Amino acid sequence: MISNPERLSFISGIGRSASGRRLGRTAMDLTLDAALQAIEDAGLKREDIDGVATYPGGDAIASRGMGGPSSVQVQDALRLNLNYLYGSGEGSAQLGSIIEATMAVASGLAKHVLVFRTVTEATMQGMQSRNPGQGMQVASGFMEFLAPFGAISATNWFAQVAQLHMHKYGTTREQLGQIALTCRTNAGANPLAVYRDPLTLDDYLNARMISTPLCLLDCDVPVDGSMAFIISHVDYAKDAPKIPVHFNAVGTAQYGRPSWDQYEDMTSMMAQGVGKQMWSRTDLKPADVDVAELYDGFSIITLAWIEALGFCAQGEGGAFIEGGQRIARTGELPINTHGGQLSEGRLHGFGHVYEAAVQLRGDAGERQIPNAEVIVAANGGGPIAGALLLTRGISN
Amino acid sequence: MSLDLDILTVRIPPQDNPECEFFWQSGADGKLRFKCCQDCGYFSHPPTPRCPKCLSAKMEPTAVSGKGTVLSFTVNVQQWVPGQAPYMIALVTIDEQPDLRLTALLVGVDLDSAPGDVIGSRVETRFLARDGIYYPTFVPEGFPA
Repeated sequence: MISNPERLSFISGIGRSASGRRLGRTAMDLTLDAALQAIEDAGLKREDIDGVATYPGGDAIASRGMGGPSSVQVQDALRLNLNYLYGSGEGSAQLGSIIEATMAVASGLAKHVLVFRTVTEATMQGMQSRNPGQGMQVASGFMEFLAPFGAISATNWFAQVAQLHMHKYGTTREQLGQIALTCRTNAGANPLAVYRDPLTLDDYLNARMISTPLCLLDCDVPVDGSMAFIISHVDYAKDAPKIPVHFNAVGTAQYGRPSWDQYEDMTSMMAQGVGKQMWSRTDLKPADVDVAELYDGFSIITLAWIEALGFCAQGEGGAFIEGGQRIARTGELPINTHGGQLSEGRLHGFGHVYEAAVQLRGDAGERQIPNAEVIVAANGGGPIAGALLLTRGISN
Repeated sequence: MSLDLDILTVRIPPQDNPECEFFWQSGADGKLRFKCCQDCGYFSHPPTPRCPKCLSAKMEPTAVSGKGTVLSFTVNVQQWVPGQAPYMIALVTIDEQPDLRLTALLVGVDLDSAPGDVIGSRVETRFLARDGIYYPTFVPEGFPA
């Protein structure tokens, strides 16, 4: 009897392109760098790849650099014959593409799935505008009842979550700032991070406001870059050259209204259901987690994930991160050991998974967490959420 | 001095959407409306063709008091559009139903107000008419017209 189907798969290879501000390279160019590196890292040849998956799919220019090439464009660029193909912006946040790949492998549709995520947001902001409403003629979709009221930026939407969290639970800016400070400290040990200079609490408190109570340093930094993973069947683990990064459990739940402003408890996010579901699929407990790589598009999202994943009770996240000791690399729950999107750069969720794999393999160098065996990686904020519980080596 | 509701340098209009047209036209008579189920009385926002509670198709635009309580808010400071002055966005729970919420601009409140003075405060609805659309806008309850 097999337990969770996700345990039939593992990350056999990882790859990343150059990443940074305005690289001036195309999304496909970056994607192929990451993809070929991941294939080689997995000990495979491109002919072995029989599945491709991506988030969100589509066109990098039309999406203002938020999406890279589509899965079929990558299929064609590498002249692949595929048994499985997937690309969607829906699903379990950015991780939806990875979780889909685990299920494709588990169900036998594919043996080795290349999953990639590519962003060129820094270049596109330089070419176009930083105004999220730029070129928006009318507000449609989820923006229909936000943009006409000036709530055009995700900063506005998360600011109201942060404001209510502070009001209801007494969370302070000094506490929230520890997310940004911790990420920056960790980025100092990551040569690939964009922002590595030390940051003080005064720097944070004096940074300019974007949308109260969120300041510039609560917001992640757009970059260009691509990351890729090879998701393989566990049958391949004995032949894989690197330490397997095993999927122990995934979280895909969507409980409650999937909305930026209509979610029932506006001090939290869709992450709540994902956390509950993920823990229901494993015997591991929050106390077993060695490292947490938690999405930080905005600092408040990381705080919400800490609560949603049960590392502390709802509303106690501010006290939990107070002073930053608990979430430091030397603390009981190191977070975002690569610097997160706040300091490494907004590789949009995949950076957290990549770092989880590097840590589990023991390859993180100066920032390595000793004996990291269980890592949770979570993606998404607001109505978007997904989570992975990853372990070092296959452990069915 | 009358209150200026037109505080956005650029205002992105809603798409043409038959489902929601009543909402954006509702302010013509000064009243805020949401779709309300004629069978179970549940208000739905954003508007839906069926009641999300009882699935009835009898959803009719129905006037509400336009009064409510601020659940959360933010002061947008970043100039997404050059020259845009800071403005306050609020998430307001409308009196008629505990989960009937509307995000809109909140005008007439000191932008430096302590958050505790804004959250929980009472507001009412005014309308800004622009290009045939009536944008609901919140002001403090009883604010002079």
